[in-house]
Amino acid sequence: MRKLLSGNEAIALGAYHAGVGFATAYPGTPSTEILQTMAPMEGIYTEWSVNEKVALEVGMGAAYGGVRTLVIMKHVGLNVAADPFFALATTGTNAGIVVVSCDDPGEHSSQGEQDNRHFAKFAKVPMLEPTDSQEAYELMDWAYKISKEFDTPVLFRSTTRISHCKCVVDVTRDRPADLPKPGYLRSSAKYVMVPSNARVRRISMEERIARLRDYVEKFPLNKMIINDTRLGIISSGIGYQYAREVFKNASFLKLVTTYPVPEKLIRSFAAKVDKVIVIEELDPHLEEEVRLLGIPVEGKSFIPIIGELNPEIVEAGAIRAGVLPAPTQTSSTVIPTVKIPPRRPQLCAGCPHVGPEFVLRKMGFDSKIKPSPTPREMTKKEIVVTSDIGCYTLGVYEPLGALDTCACMGASIGQATGLEKAGIPNKIVSVLGDSTFMHSGITGLVDMVYKQSNGTVIILDNSTTAMTGHQGHAGTGISINGTRGPKVNLEKLVEGIGIKDVNVVSAYDLKAFESTLKRCLENNEPSVIIARGPCVLNEKIKWTPFEVDIDNCVDCRDCLDVGCPAICIWNEQVQIDASVCVGCGVCAQVCPQGAIVEKKS
Amino acid sequence: MKAINVLMVGVGGQGVILASDAMAEIGMAAGYDVKKTDSLGMAQRGGSVVSNMRWGKKIFSPMIKKGEVDFLVSFEEVEAARWAAYLRPGGVAIVADVMVMPISAMSGAFPYPGWEEIKTALTSITDQVYLIPAMRIGQEVGNPKALNIVMMGALSTFLDLDSEIWLEDIRKKVPPKFLDSSFQAFLKGIEATKSMK
Repeated sequence: MRKLLSGNEAIALGAYHAGVGFATAYPGTPSTEILQTMAPMEGIYTEWSVNEKVALEVGMGAAYGGVRTLVIMKHVGLNVAADPFFALATTGTNAGIVVVSCDDPGEHSSQGEQDNRHFAKFAKVPMLEPTDSQEAYELMDWAYKISKEFDTPVLFRSTTRISHCKCVVDVTRDRPADLPKPGYLRSSAKYVMVPSNARVRRISMEERIARLRDYVEKFPLNKMIINDTRLGIISSGIGYQYAREVFKNASFLKLVTTYPVPEKLIRSFAAKVDKVIVIEELDPHLEEEVRLLGIPVEGKSFIPIIGELNPEIVEAGAIRAGVLPAPTQTSSTVIPTVKIPPRRPQLCAGCPHVGPEFVLRKMGFDSKIKPSPTPREMTKKEIVVTSDIGCYTLGVYEPLGALDTCACMGASIGQATGLEKAGIPNKIVSVLGDSTFMHSGITGLVDMVYKQSNGTVIILDNSTTAMTGHQGHAGTGISINGTRGPKVNLEKLVEGIGIKDVNVVSAYDLKAFESTLKRCLENNEPSVIIARGPCVLNEKIKWTPFEVDIDNCVDCRDCLDVGCPAICIWNEQVQIDASVCVGCGVCAQVCPQGAIVEKKS
Repeated sequence: MKAINVLMVGVGGQGVILASDAMAEIGMAAGYDVKKTDSLGMAQRGGSVVSNMRWGKKIFSPMIKKGEVDFLVSFEEVEAARWAAYLRPGGVAIVADVMVMPISAMSGAFPYPGWEEIKTALTSITDQVYLIPAMRIGQEVGNPKALNIVMMGALSTFLDLDSEIWLEDIRKKVPPKFLDSSFQAFLKGIEATKSMK
């Protein structure tokens, strides 16, 4: 049956048809859709985990219990899960386990770019990489065969363009009818990693990789295509597709087993062609493997190491390197001269993060100092705002421009403690969302109590994981299938950790938020402000829209500082687009003239 | 078999992705190899959306090379200018008369160019530029959300495919209560484009 499937959908279906019975993930672009595709499938347990580390530990348990398991995350998620990943590589499992890492070259929706292929070599586990959805579907079955046969986790690596590209897939398999029953095989030698046992497992890891080196030589999805033998291209992932597009006549070695690599196959390919080049996105992973074999090879000398590739970039690099002829005629494409305004992502109309971030800008940043990318000394009264990963990070852009840091999940709290203990003279607040707090903020807050910090943590509680498309989390109790279970109570959790000064305010009440924040900043103990307001996109909220009372408007344009997409200037006059306005009323609280009022129906 | 490269562009929330998904399915149903890929990083938060959609005998790269787009379908005027350089000389630009002003233009930091300026840029590449009265059609059919269906109607006039294939796809996707207005939007998109040819 032919189906149009994204790479993520193909991974999900491939895993289902490979007999996966347990799948867990923390949402993160570009990986999120894999678990969402699996959730409605029958006979499989799916769950959003609290973070990637817990997801992998839960997955480890499921696989120890004899159930084929899939654990899914984005590239930076594997940093969080690195500890159990290495542990899992040491113990192996009773059933198969595959870890999917979706990398984001070009940082479409990430705080950093990294090539997770390094993790395979680092943890000494086999890695598979599809070049399209068809291969993603087929490879998933192989991944579980390898995992079971070699008693190892398999790293299944995708990238944004593989995960989010839809292709025609020939669906050839079905879900196996008789899956093994769950059962734990008790073995302290295998699963209790005290040094005496770990040393034994360590030897088996090296033996495993040695056996895998032989195994991948005959792997059926690696493919050699011999055309013109003057140029031989070794490639993997989406880079392979770009290379096929650009080099019409060259010979190719497509590799899907990218760790360990098939050494004999590479040598035999190199012997058939005059010159070997490697085309791959991000780091020179394959290039270095080929070079280690003593084969003269080029790649990153002309293919960029940074960002996503595309056919133009590959072509331009190849022309520079002299492996493709320069075009005989210059392109006749005329670059238009229109000045185009940039269109950055922004917080939505009615977003509950806007009010608190507006107040932070007002209180924390000296209004006389123009924003600039150059580092500057802070004035005495300014406040350092450490922030985190989520929609609210968009508050870094003007006109809100209210944030000082964003590093990784949960870092805002630790950074604040560090700044305080280092002795900086300014007040410090940290800002993070409810899902991020559950993911990695809790331990930071525990540390604040332990360190007797004076800091203030603002939890912007919109009751969902908004940035990745509104997934439930421990604080909402909503499962991936939409069922409601017990929720972790944020206020009680924070109190239980030892915070005495706990405040809950409406995210839309600017005055209440400001006065609470002022009081907390003067308080000589750690404090938490939960600024609560549901994500308007998630809840599809539409209150009464507001409008500008033109008779009272003095054209000060203070309302533009809110950065709301519903407020625009039309015919030299500030106006509110009623079709976009959600009616949150933040701009009405900002207007010094009271000229923004609820729209009369 | 005619291979085509379509670049669909717009702003988060306009239905660009749904339209290119539909195009990909229609291409597959017509027997083509199909690939499509979206750049939508944070599109739901008002960023630019761009969707590459290719039909052909055998497609390798889902990304279309600059200067090789046969059809630039823009759901917003300024976005047409942003992606104009991707259009092949002599290709077709289909642009909805929709303006979504970004914050950068609202503050006055960047001017929001007018249609004449955008049109001049497009006509330096091709004389096949069609401005679709999508706002008017949306009002006429009483469904402004049908913008993507209007644009599919406009695009369909350039592709040699049975109109039933298109209508069938709309039937599959659109909830019953919007079906009638969607069909109308599709037909009006065709009508408006044909009247300009």
